[in-house]
Amino acid sequence: MNERGDAAFDSPRTSAESDLVVDSATGVEVSLPVAGPGARSYAFVIDWHIRIVVAIAWYVVAALIFNGEWSLVAPLEPDATWFGLVLLPAVAIYLLYHPVLEIAMRGRTPGKRVAGVRIVTHDGALPAMPAHLIRSVFRLIDSFPVFYGIGLVTAVVTKNHVRIGDLAAGTLLVYDRGDASVLEHVSATALASRLDAHTAEVVNELLARWDALDGEVRSRLARTLLAKLEGAEVEMLDDATLRARLEQLARGDSAQ
Amino acid sequence: MANVTRERALRNTLLQRSEAWKAAADRARRLMTRGTDDVDDATQLVDDYRLLAHDLARARRLMPESRARTFLESAYAQAHAALHKQASHPGYALWSLFRDQIPAAVRWLRPHIVWVSLLFVTSVLVGGWLVHTYPELINLFASPDLIATVERGELWTEGLLNIVPSSVLSLQILTNNVVVSLFAYCAGFLFGLGTFYIVGLNGLMLGAIFAFTSQHGLDDELFRFIVAHGCVELSVMVLSGAAGAAVGEALIRPTTARRGQSFQLAALRTGKVIVACVVLLIGCGFIEGYISPDPEFPLWTRLIVGIGYWLFMIALLRGWLFGRSRSAVPIEA
Repeated sequence: MNERGDAAFDSPRTSAESDLVVDSATGVEVSLPVAGPGARSYAFVIDWHIRIVVAIAWYVVAALIFNGEWSLVAPLEPDATWFGLVLLPAVAIYLLYHPVLEIAMRGRTPGKRVAGVRIVTHDGALPAMPAHLIRSVFRLIDSFPVFYGIGLVTAVVTKNHVRIGDLAAGTLLVYDRGDASVLEHVSATALASRLDAHTAEVVNELLARWDALDGEVRSRLARTLLAKLEGAEVEMLDDATLRARLEQLARGDSAQ
Repeated sequence: MANVTRERALRNTLLQRSEAWKAAADRARRLMTRGTDDVDDATQLVDDYRLLAHDLARARRLMPESRARTFLESAYAQAHAALHKQASHPGYALWSLFRDQIPAAVRWLRPHIVWVSLLFVTSVLVGGWLVHTYPELINLFASPDLIATVERGELWTEGLLNIVPSSVLSLQILTNNVVVSLFAYCAGFLFGLGTFYIVGLNGLMLGAIFAFTSQHGLDDELFRFIVAHGCVELSVMVLSGAAGAAVGEALIRPTTARRGQSFQLAALRTGKVIVACVVLLIGCGFIEGYISPDPEFPLWTRLIVGIGYWLFMIALLRGWLFGRSRSAVPIEA
């Protein structure tokens, strides 16, 4: 077995904060926060609703087309067309939702995306197709006796919050910080001249969330920042001017 | 004081590289999803990886609670995953699975196949003996409808095609068989006991029903019905049971330092055999839907189909169908 194969079977190393810690060639460890039973359940509930809605939608549309009238009832003697075009695709959507989407979306499903989690191997890499399939096959056990009882209990009691399918496939769920951003509003010039690192982050955060914040709250924060940085009188400035002054500061332009 | 000033300067210098981090994160994300044929692009990712590692190490020390650190952790993890992503060649992977990996896994499973076969045969004999000796015990193994039909001198399979079309029957049967096969495999997680239960119960039922039909002079008819699909279907039941037993044994007698690792190793090895089982069960489903219940097919045709499909199964499991020669050196599973 090659070196990577061995690594895949290593027990995952976790830090005190329940991060998956992976050694790397640079000597700086990769750290991935492990998702707990709450995030897993949240993702599952969303996925379950999506697959049940899509499967039922398929059945309803196909049955209406097949029957040619406002009836969803199966014919008394269902033929192969009914089975192949109405029933089987609906069942396939429900049963194959997870393996197909997890492979196609590289360890994620719509539910996992909303919950901000994804599947990785113990070395932080994307799982290969066999691992995804094994993980899905073991849903048969995890789903016992009802509502993924065994899977949920296993996720609660195991160290990395994994279900039996994950144990078999050597995978776990980690939080995906793919939407993290950094200093999209602050220029290098501002950092070199007027802002220290902490203030730069606060200015950036305030500008990034300007529209989402309550008008009074953002004005108060902006005034506090500007007063500290520029020492100028800012009490009389309106919302738009405060924002313009903050943007000017973030760009590193000279004060007017 | 000098230290504080120095650290502040270091933090600012670090943050001034944020444009380079964004470019690195974008590249890692792009190469992760689409890949590239451009060597310079791939080489640049290696440089990005070093840059992110260097800056992340500093950010962890200088500004552990910052957004910058969160961004770097994410970008570094993405670059790590993109760099360590295995090349994807689905066609070759499939060919290699059937040519080398499934034969290797079957070879590794040989002791389990022998033991599970023995369990299955023993269960069949015990089931047959039980019903032969105590006929009333058939109530434990068969439904009242089935018992009443046989007692009328008919097999429940007669006229089956008048009720359900072959295509529907095939799909129903193959779905059921695939689920049973997957259960026999997964139930190995219960230290092999679940697998033994499923294999044993199926063996007992088969033996019991053969004994019951024999008492009513219908055993020849039942054999006629079963032979075309049963050779492979029962072999696949044993094969998936053997895979489940291997998973169970990996938990009872781990081959690595930890039970979890041993279980994972066994599950990934034997999972390949389950792929072959599913493929074979699809064929069984069609035979059972189109040939087995059709009285037009004489016994010799059924025998040819049954034995022919069983030989096909052997060729598939040995990799011969995909160009593996009989004298090829065995590969480790």
